[in-house]
Amino acid sequence: MSTASIIRIALFAYLAIFFSYLLGPLVVMSLTAFNSAAFPSVSPWACYTYEWFDVLFNDKHIKEGIYYSVIIGLGTVALSVSMGLAASIVLTQVWAKFRSTYYTLIIAPILVPGVVLGISTLVFWDRFGDFIRAGDGSMLDGLFHNGIFLTILGQSSFIASYCMLVFVARLQRFDPGLTEAALDLGATHTQAFRKILLPFMRPAIASASVLAFLASFENYNTTTFTIVKYKTLTTVLAQKVRLGINPSISALAFIIIMMTIILALGFETYRRNNARKEAVRLGKAKESKGFLPGFLTGNPAAIVLVLVSFVVISMIGTAQSYSPQQCKAEVLAAKKAEVAKAIKALKLKRTIKQQSDSLKGPDIFTPDPANKKGSFGGVFDPNNLTNEEPAKPEAPAANKKPASGAFGGVFDPNNLQKD
Amino acid sequence: MSSGVAVDLENVWIKFGDFVAVREANVNINGGDFFSFLGPSGCGKTTILRAVSGFLEPSDGRVLIGGNNMAGIGPNKRPTALIFQNLALFPLMKIWENISFSMEVAGASAKERRKRADELLDMIALEGQGDKLPSELSGGQKQRVAIARALCANPDVLLLDEPLSALDLKLRQHMRTELREIQQRVGITFIYITHDQGEALTMSDNVAVMKAGVIDQIDNGHEIYDRPATPFVASFVGENNVFRGKISQISGSEAVISSNRSGELRAQITPSQVGKMNVGDDAMMFVRPEALALGESDPASKTTVSAKVLNEEFEGASFSVFLEGDGGKQIKMAMPNLGQKLEGHTGETLSVHYDANNAVVMPAGELASE
Repeated sequence: MSTASIIRIALFAYLAIFFSYLLGPLVVMSLTAFNSAAFPSVSPWACYTYEWFDVLFNDKHIKEGIYYSVIIGLGTVALSVSMGLAASIVLTQVWAKFRSTYYTLIIAPILVPGVVLGISTLVFWDRFGDFIRAGDGSMLDGLFHNGIFLTILGQSSFIASYCMLVFVARLQRFDPGLTEAALDLGATHTQAFRKILLPFMRPAIASASVLAFLASFENYNTTTFTIVKYKTLTTVLAQKVRLGINPSISALAFIIIMMTIILALGFETYRRNNARKEAVRLGKAKESKGFLPGFLTGNPAAIVLVLVSFVVISMIGTAQSYSPQQCKAEVLAAKKAEVAKAIKALKLKRTIKQQSDSLKGPDIFTPDPANKKGSFGGVFDPNNLTNEEPAKPEAPAANKKPASGAFGGVFDPNNLQKD
Repeated sequence: MSSGVAVDLENVWIKFGDFVAVREANVNINGGDFFSFLGPSGCGKTTILRAVSGFLEPSDGRVLIGGNNMAGIGPNKRPTALIFQNLALFPLMKIWENISFSMEVAGASAKERRKRADELLDMIALEGQGDKLPSELSGGQKQRVAIARALCANPDVLLLDEPLSALDLKLRQHMRTELREIQQRVGITFIYITHDQGEALTMSDNVAVMKAGVIDQIDNGHEIYDRPATPFVASFVGENNVFRGKISQISGSEAVISSNRSGELRAQITPSQVGKMNVGDDAMMFVRPEALALGESDPASKTTVSAKVLNEEFEGASFSVFLEGDGGKQIKMAMPNLGQKLEGHTGETLSVHYDANNAVVMPAGELASE
């Protein structure tokens, strides 16, 4: 085999590993959304189901979290985009010697840990309220202790810096001569800003807005301090993880992933379609006369987009009628049979043990080696408390899912209900 | 169209920190003139233009437009329109929107603006191109759009900052005539900045030649070329042979210079220095290559130089003959191509003479560096 082909194989292997590392968790997470098992898992596969979407849409905490996340996201976009734009314009105007210092100063919030920003936002506005003597129950006092207000401020304090970076990159390509030309033609400074600079910055404003919204939407460590009595999607999810999750979170992840894919494909389709039209207009390419609609020709993104949309639509369609009751019943029956078998084996074992115990006497202090399934030796397993039977190893089998997580399945809500 | 308005600079100084960009500029530009500032890059000509358009306030002195002091009046309030070196067309606006921008900011309706833009597009021979974007036009077309945009504001003074420097030679020559035509048609004052002496001489009524922030000479093209006031002007505008020496004799406006290497030479004193020069002063004498001709050696006339032919260059319309005088003095002579044969003279010593009226003498000074 030649070196070239070895290199190529190695490259492909590397890419495969890289992409599975990147996308693997997302794929697994998406799959768990369709498994009827109560804990997010792919194997063993129980039944294909849409019930977790139902659970998701009926979860009022998640709905509330999304609602506030969106409100805070929009507020953060408005505040941080305007602050970032102002900061970047100042950067181009500021005295040259001061420029690098100013830049460092403005960029610093990105380097400050989010936790610190969160706590300091909370403390600062509380003190500030005290300082200006905003009394209890006054409007200002309410504002300074309002989670939405504080979260928007806290998040904007560093998201504005991200926005500024986006704007600075765009501003570097702006010809200040254009503003001068506008002024020379009689425009006021406001008109020059609104008619010349702002339209030029529009693409940057759009991307900064998207960036700001996403950064706000996914932010946890600042939000968790500033949100006070409200909740956002991230804080709700964090709470759920603490109390035990179910695949409705996977369902949410799946929806977000699909939205991302569809938006990205849509944008790419739009871009390629424009590029094609431009090429046709300049006479570099011919207007195709194939049987496919124009926007599909030579546009793989459009084709993938159509396929994905088709899959999603058909999923939503079948979700209305599809019911996995039959499968579920079968799984339940299989489970019951397994449990019965386990009980039988247990009984058999017990009789054997009793026989030998009658010879040796009870020895409940000898740790059962099979008990050490989880990393904490199963001590956190609630079954330990209720199940006094020393014949512990059979319990996970009856549980259908072996406790395979690092915490021995302690997060499984079923653990609390079983037995 | 508004008629031309006079622009005056009175004792204008412009300083950036310790650096003096413009020193004591006194310029009177008549209404309706095509006036050029000519100078090498970095001489302060753009700075003057920015002071007239209002982007800069002079550190000292006054700028008057139509007799009104412009101190404290911003660029958007002055009756001037500037055409930028890079044109500064608004890239996201269509051509007609670009042209009518000054009306848009004044609050004119889209219909009015479109109508005026179409009129101006007709004038610059770009009818029907109003809906294109600037990026879709060629360099010369953009140039004309920039002019139309400036004219749309009905300025009293049009300021042009080297607008032709980005164009290729042919287009540049074409645009020169076109600019001059437009200026004559609209009749407003044009102030033109250039480092190209050809542009300045062909288009302008008057030219100011600048060197390192100082205006050396203001005059019409002929005077600038034939009677340069300083060694800098003489060497910057066109080609010149320079002879250094000391004044040996003065009679009225004529002087004889005893040159370092080429003997006694007679020339006219430049008008601004008549009566100010004395015998024994360090002086420079300039004579244009085209003012030299082959002739009999006649030392008594004090207008002949003998020199050895080094080589000749054929340039189509003319020959350039490079000669070497006594002591290695380099002399260039230009002869019109009239079909004569000049080959075979290389190495010969010839006598070259000129008319004393075509030579200028002035106090020694700094030459333009090539």
